[in-house]
Amino acid sequence: MAFVNWLKRNLVVIAGLLTLGYLLLPNVIVTVFSFNKPKGRFNYEWQQFSLDAWKQPCGVADMCGSLSISLQIAIWATIGATVLGTMIAFALVRYRFRARGAVNSLIFLPMAMPEVVMAASLLTLFLNMGAQLGFWTILIAHIMFCLSFVVTAVKARVMSMDPRLEQAAQDLYAGPFQTFVRVTLPIAAPGIAAGALLAFALSFDDFIITNFNAGSTVTFPMFVWGSAQRGTPVQINVIGTTMFIVAVLFVLASMALGNRRNRQKA
Amino acid sequence: MAAVTEAPPLAPATPKKKPPRKRGRLTPYWLLLPGILWLVVFFALPMIYQASTSVQTGSLEQGYKVTWHFATYWDALAQYWPQFVRSVLYAAAATLLCLVLGYPLAYLIAFRAGRWRNLIMILVIAPFFTSFLIRTLAWKTILADNGPVVGALGTLHVLDVTNWLGWTSGDRVLATPLAVVCGLTYNFLPFMILPLYTSLERIDPRLHEAAGDLYARPWTTFRKVTFPLSMPGVVSGTLLTFIPAAGDYVNADLLGSTDTRMVGNVIQTQFLRILDYPTAAALSFILMAAILAMVTLYIRKSGTEDLV
Repeated sequence: MAFVNWLKRNLVVIAGLLTLGYLLLPNVIVTVFSFNKPKGRFNYEWQQFSLDAWKQPCGVADMCGSLSISLQIAIWATIGATVLGTMIAFALVRYRFRARGAVNSLIFLPMAMPEVVMAASLLTLFLNMGAQLGFWTILIAHIMFCLSFVVTAVKARVMSMDPRLEQAAQDLYAGPFQTFVRVTLPIAAPGIAAGALLAFALSFDDFIITNFNAGSTVTFPMFVWGSAQRGTPVQINVIGTTMFIVAVLFVLASMALGNRRNRQKA
Repeated sequence: MAAVTEAPPLAPATPKKKPPRKRGRLTPYWLLLPGILWLVVFFALPMIYQASTSVQTGSLEQGYKVTWHFATYWDALAQYWPQFVRSVLYAAAATLLCLVLGYPLAYLIAFRAGRWRNLIMILVIAPFFTSFLIRTLAWKTILADNGPVVGALGTLHVLDVTNWLGWTSGDRVLATPLAVVCGLTYNFLPFMILPLYTSLERIDPRLHEAAGDLYARPWTTFRKVTFPLSMPGVVSGTLLTFIPAAGDYVNADLLGSTDTRMVGNVIQTQFLRILDYPTAAALSFILMAAILAMVTLYIRKSGTEDLV
């Protein structure tokens, strides 16, 4: 009876942990199979332990090249979307202007649209303009769909800012530029950083829009997609595992930094 | 031209009169201009191009012309309605599963995790940073024909039930609707958990105590207090899951078979392999219209307007 009561009280915890397991199981598989030595071309069945792939992460033709293209696109898309998105976010929170409703829907719609629709319609535009598909068309597309997410992230932060801090700066004879650089920007920084991080992750991992607008340029997700047809090299799992570890470390480090700063303030 | 030549003498005069206001009034437009221009040219304009492409006729060799050929829409619907129905069904099933699976985890993070809260949060978000294609391919291993999952489902006679329902066929899970829905659920689960968590976290835990003090049993507390207060999260979570799931073609391609093709698969093949642009554009336009209509209706019904 005690056990049944315990079960009843912790049912939600057990169910939640099961869901967490469901979410993490593929990552466990990806990691374990990065040490596999598959027999055929596909790395779907466990054969034997091997460190080969970890020793030669770039041992597969074209994979590391695609990784570098993805990184370049992600970095430029992050910069572009963060700059444009931050400007829009400030305009939305700080100023009154006409056509606010139209601007808001233009920012909301890309997030509410299935990716395949945006991908297909952008391709019709590029085809009609006779644009050469490749690096630039991918970059244009990525800035487009990352923009809205940056606006949302920065807007949330700027909205919660105390406007009196900027008034105080101006009372202390700071010019508009000085106020912006030394007061506004540092306070808005966490929102901008969150938006930039989101943009980087979205761009780096994007497949559907890239699939339509890449021409013959191969990004890392495109490489993985192609390998699902031709044969999956173990090195893909090495990259996947590394990305997961780097992400966790990055988040832990930024949280530790945030904690320290909070303690310093207190 | 006359207006342009006349403008310069006027322009310096006005700022002299009241300089800060004038500059301040134009600032928002300068801030908005580049980003909004980007969205207009690369998001809104393509929609118009797509609409125009869908009513064109012609061929790749001779080029396409707008002939207001609306029959493309009927032909596309007549030929591909099973894929449309499948998309809606799979996406709905995945959304429901995400809600059922995601709610306990969001609840756990919001109320029961204590000092583990941040760690669990990281574990929910971190998989995002590993390419989702690699993670989707991992499901091929998990659901493999001679793997432990399929073996267990077979021994427990679960497969008999799912076979009877038409979700699986034979003693396989891969290449069946069940595998596709499982993949969709997995891929979009975080989009359900995060908004759920945000709205659960805002609930004052004292409300639970108050409900308990008024002799509400835990289940009643959940049904009458917690769940209604988490509705904004439920609404945005279902939208964030349903919309991308309905347009997805990755899961249906990697985990499904030709019998599980969704409308995204059709649009992709028509556009990139068959190169039948009018049909592809019409299908994409129908998908967009259907989703916008469903979303508007859903938001009206659930009465939550402040989603973003």
